[in-house]
Amino acid sequence: MTDAHDILFRTLGDPTRRAIFESLCRNGEQTVGALTAGAGISQPAVSKHLGLLKQAGLVRDRHEGRQTHYAARLDALAPLTDWTNQMARFWESRFDDLEDLLTRMDQ
Amino acid sequence: MNDTSLQTRTVTVEREFAHPPEKIWRALTQPHLIEAWLMKNDFVPALNHRFKLSADWGSVDCEVLEIEPNRSLSYTWAAMGLDSVVTWTLTPTGAGTHLKVEQTGFQPGQDAAYNGAKYGWNKFTTALDEVLAKLGD
Repeated sequence: MTDAHDILFRTLGDPTRRAIFESLCRNGEQTVGALTAGAGISQPAVSKHLGLLKQAGLVRDRHEGRQTHYAARLDALAPLTDWTNQMARFWESRFDDLEDLLTRMDQ
Repeated sequence: MNDTSLQTRTVTVEREFAHPPEKIWRALTQPHLIEAWLMKNDFVPALNHRFKLSADWGSVDCEVLEIEPNRSLSYTWAAMGLDSVVTWTLTPTGAGTHLKVEQTGFQPGQDAAYNGAKYGWNKFTTALDEVLAKLGD
């Protein structure tokens, strides 16, 4: 577990920020204007959330003329997957002990 | 294996056991047997029964949600801010039993849950490399 994990969990902890990230995951690359239209909060607030998402490595931006396009970086979610894998391993090791117990119950 | 939704995540682990469902059911529902493979507990196989699983790192608060003898068992699993549900499903096979455990309800950004993972789960994963090697995937 690292600081990177902490940042990731903290960043996705905010429901509004998570909704913006989910919108990028679902709908692909979007401009700040398009994201604002769907977010129900002001454009500066959306921009601030995008800044934090970018810091966490969850989104990347691309400038095109006067527009900035944002896209989700799904690879940033890897630590989260690692965490659920860790949970799976917890149950795997419980299953090992259960198997030992079941064998002992025969004796 | 995992639900990719950001709202909630599911962990699923399945295994074939060369033992009949009735026997596995005993191991899942009798306190002294549960303790042998999971944690100390005051489990009672009754709907809505509240029980606690205890370990040296803390405890887990649980409540029985569903119970169908020899088939399925479901209880809440709340520890350090993490609210989740654990569901066991037993399916008889020719050679014994297919056992599945599903744990749902993790939310990204649930700091307390994450900390729970950090301080609790790690202690159980000492032999995890061997376990994973055995899985051969």
